[in-house]
Amino acid sequence: MMRLAPLVVLAVLLAPFAAQAEQVVAALSQNRISITANFDGSEILIYGAVKRDAPAPDESPLDVIITVAGPQQVETIRRKDRRLGIWINVENTIIGHTPTFYEVASSRALDQTITSLTDSLWSITPNAQILPGMRGAPSREALLRLRMADDLYRVREGAVQMTQDTLFSTSVTLPSNLVEGEYTTRIFLLREGKVIDSYATSINVQKVGIERWLYRLAQDHAYMYGILALFIAALSGWIASEGFRLLRR
Amino acid sequence: MQIFLPIAEVSVNAFVLLGLGGLVGILSGMFGVGGGFLITPLLFFVGIPPAVAVATSANQIVASSVSAVLAHLKRKTVDLRMGMVLLAGGLVGSAIGMQIFNMLKAMGQVDLLVTLCYVVFLGIIGALMLVESLRALKRAKGRPGARKERTKHTWVHNLPLKMKFRTSGLYISVIPPLGVGVLVGMLAAIMGVGGGFIMVPAMIYLIGMPTKVVIGTSLFQIIFVTAFTTMLHAVTNQTVDVMLAMLLLVGGVIGAQFGTQIGLRLKAEQLRILLALLVLSVCLKLGIDLLLTPSELFSLGQ
Repeated sequence: MMRLAPLVVLAVLLAPFAAQAEQVVAALSQNRISITANFDGSEILIYGAVKRDAPAPDESPLDVIITVAGPQQVETIRRKDRRLGIWINVENTIIGHTPTFYEVASSRALDQTITSLTDSLWSITPNAQILPGMRGAPSREALLRLRMADDLYRVREGAVQMTQDTLFSTSVTLPSNLVEGEYTTRIFLLREGKVIDSYATSINVQKVGIERWLYRLAQDHAYMYGILALFIAALSGWIASEGFRLLRR
Repeated sequence: MQIFLPIAEVSVNAFVLLGLGGLVGILSGMFGVGGGFLITPLLFFVGIPPAVAVATSANQIVASSVSAVLAHLKRKTVDLRMGMVLLAGGLVGSAIGMQIFNMLKAMGQVDLLVTLCYVVFLGIIGALMLVESLRALKRAKGRPGARKERTKHTWVHNLPLKMKFRTSGLYISVIPPLGVGVLVGMLAAIMGVGGGFIMVPAMIYLIGMPTKVVIGTSLFQIIFVTAFTTMLHAVTNQTVDVMLAMLLLVGGVIGAQFGTQIGLRLKAEQLRILLALLVLSVCLKLGIDLLLTPSELFSLGQ
């Protein structure tokens, strides 16, 4: 009996897929984002269709949820308090890996689309995605609040356009202060609050050209970079003084 | 035109930065100050992380000081010997300042340290300057051509280790200039400023240098102290943004030329009152932020 347990679990988990009648087929307008000198955010179009073996069952509406998550980072959350009449940071809390960017786009209001069980199972909403184990902790709530205020965590209900319950599309605007790394995109197909199929892919965000060169130089050859910075400064100071002397003549 | 800064990792409008550099350039041309005390807080306002703002301001001041010193060297208004003594103190101070900066950065208190330094020093200097220039203005109205006071003999002149400074016409102990150097070096590392606004009054009132060599000499040593600071920030924190420095620089150089022209049309006392008011308003703004209850008690660390 004990030996059968994993199989039972597997069977339950695979149940929706066993009789999979609808599958998601999706693509992104770009899989790479290059941060160049004039980078000003980027818009990615995510689109796709529902592949069916049989006609669509029409007892319940079909929903699509798309999430985009940035690279994970450890964050320090500082809390201010009044000491001697002035407001200073009194407490630092380091909290575990959280995405630097997170967006959820859905075809309808989320509370009509997913059950809370589905949400926690698939970590869909920011509340379920970001350190759900720490729910209620002031530092975790502050992180959510700050990132929401900075528009780095977003919930866009109704932002996924559906056409005839088959085609879907949305565009995600990535901010200009992007962190380099892998951005994971997940697409969920849902009916009656349950995920019936999902698809995941990633977008690679990288600095290129002079941005990359300067950044690497600053990180790997700090002395060289410092000398370069000083050289540029001294040279431009000299050019400026000579230039204006010539102009005055 | 948006530009992505490789080290600050934010995208900022290039014209905003050019304008900022220009504004500070106008002020530095008008008043003969480096403008670091204005550029660092202004960079905070446009969303540059504080650590990058401090380090990059230091780099930008190197450029503006080089440009200004070249002009002073031609006019022979730089006391190189005094500059060297100030510099020796400055390098020590800069290294100490850097240690404090990194220690408090680890504790999450660097913003507080920078802001407190600004409030305290800008407050003192601004108030002193305002009082002094108002008095000068009143005196100029009362008795035109008031007689100049003779150099007073104070405790400063009784210290040991005396040295001759020919350009300044002084024979004094090296301890006061060394001390001033250390203080300014510390400020340069912590606040990302050249420290001219502290050094110039200290040189006149504490060391007793003649006014005509003060600005050139101060700028001369500022070049090296800020260069050293830039290097320390680049090596220990990797927070110097060359792209940002370049944009500020271009604006600053052009602005300085306009500033000099405006400065020539105003009276010295009026100029000093304006500068004092400017310094005090920056101080007030930063001070109020420390006292008011912030709308958000939490912040994300760097």
